[in-house]
Amino acid sequence: MIKVGVLALQGAVREHVQAIEACGAEAVVIKKKEQLANVEGLVMPGGESTAIRRLIDKYDFMDELKKFAQAGKPMFGTCAGLILLARNVVGHDEPHIGVMDVTVERNSFGRQRESFEANLTISGIAENYNAVFIRAPHIVNAGENVEILAKHHERIVMARDGNLLGCSFHPELTDDYRITAYFIEMIKETIV
Amino acid sequence: MKTGTERVKRGMAEMQKGGVIMDVVNAEQAKIAEEAGAVAVMALERVPSDIRAAGGVARMADPRIVEEVMNAVTIPVMAKARIGHIVEARVLEAMGVDYIDESEVLTPADEEYHLNKRDYTVPFVCGCRDLGEAARRIGEGASMLRTKGEPGTGNIVEAVRHMRKVNAQVRKLVNMNADEVMTEAKLLGAPYELLLEIKELGRLPVVNFAAGGVATPADAALMMELGADGVFVGSGIFKSDNPAKFARAIVEATTHYQDYKLIAELSKELGTPMKGIEISTLAPEARMQERGW
Repeated sequence: MIKVGVLALQGAVREHVQAIEACGAEAVVIKKKEQLANVEGLVMPGGESTAIRRLIDKYDFMDELKKFAQAGKPMFGTCAGLILLARNVVGHDEPHIGVMDVTVERNSFGRQRESFEANLTISGIAENYNAVFIRAPHIVNAGENVEILAKHHERIVMARDGNLLGCSFHPELTDDYRITAYFIEMIKETIV
Repeated sequence: MKTGTERVKRGMAEMQKGGVIMDVVNAEQAKIAEEAGAVAVMALERVPSDIRAAGGVARMADPRIVEEVMNAVTIPVMAKARIGHIVEARVLEAMGVDYIDESEVLTPADEEYHLNKRDYTVPFVCGCRDLGEAARRIGEGASMLRTKGEPGTGNIVEAVRHMRKVNAQVRKLVNMNADEVMTEAKLLGAPYELLLEIKELGRLPVVNFAAGGVATPADAALMMELGADGVFVGSGIFKSDNPAKFARAIVEATTHYQDYKLIAELSKELGTPMKGIEISTLAPEARMQERGW
């Protein structure tokens, strides 16, 4: 069975675990960097990116996460996870993991009262997808090899750069598992 | 496109899971908290132990303090409104606060009714001591819960009592026969449909944090061990000798709450934690947990 890790330093870990299991894969809760060797793909959940980043540094995860991406193992970032993957973060001199060729802007739809649900069409994955945006970032710029998968009001909210998948919203907060299933297919393609 | 939906309001609290929310009284403290890895800050005029010491009526913070904190950090900012104080809540919502705590730490404005929290776009967190109270607050539209504990005491005993009580009552409910649930609803003073939902889910439908008495990294880890989704730290951090170090230690102990060697390391030489109050020495009217209905 495909083993998918969920980075469990902070955030909506349980929901991603449920989604992965519902798609017929094994979910591994990752709290220590050594555990990364045991999984074939990694989900970076929603949460607070500043808090997750501090814990990544504290527990020396950064190099291992970069190596994971460089080895071509699929990574999927949702909301805070997308911010961690992005090569550039507006207003910050340095990115976090910085492996996905996109520029993101944090909290770009506003504060919590502006958080919303919206219907999206996600290219090749889902029509009529109910997406939950919470203090969400968006992708301001995407590199030329990045495939843009979804937009909301002309803003890019989901994209794929090779084996890296990122979205501004929270697929883990609904029981529509089409995006998780797509990510697991991405992992399967790297194994064959 | 819809704002203020149940999913958006509850989802915001889901993103805080495994994290620490810290009480702050100014921009400088807010930055220390953010830097230490807090997932949110609670902007206050005074921390609970000072509210306790000052006495008198405790109200919503000066909006200028809340604004200053909102401008200082990029993490979510919460603020407290008095129980049942519709206008304080509306003012905080209008300011763009990310979460409102309808809090017993402040002097209640209404001794009969809590806010109808479904009416608001901003989500609410409320305190609870048992499943009945938890279910009533969820019924009114709270999107997040926390134990009441006994705020501003630095004594974890009440938070432990409340967390254990809620979780034990959830377990009992899950194991009940369906024909026993209505009577349980009557006994708890809880909405029947909500109890059915909790029974089905096997847990509360919203996140439940620990609050009210967390004073050390070990306290935070204890609450996680007992099933808290995360931790609020009130007076503990900025009443300690070295707030930055203390704040980092609490964050790490919350993440790795079962890594006891690590907790030992990060508990070393933290300096004096806040003094703490033995609950039995508190006069009944000084017990904040009794506020709310």
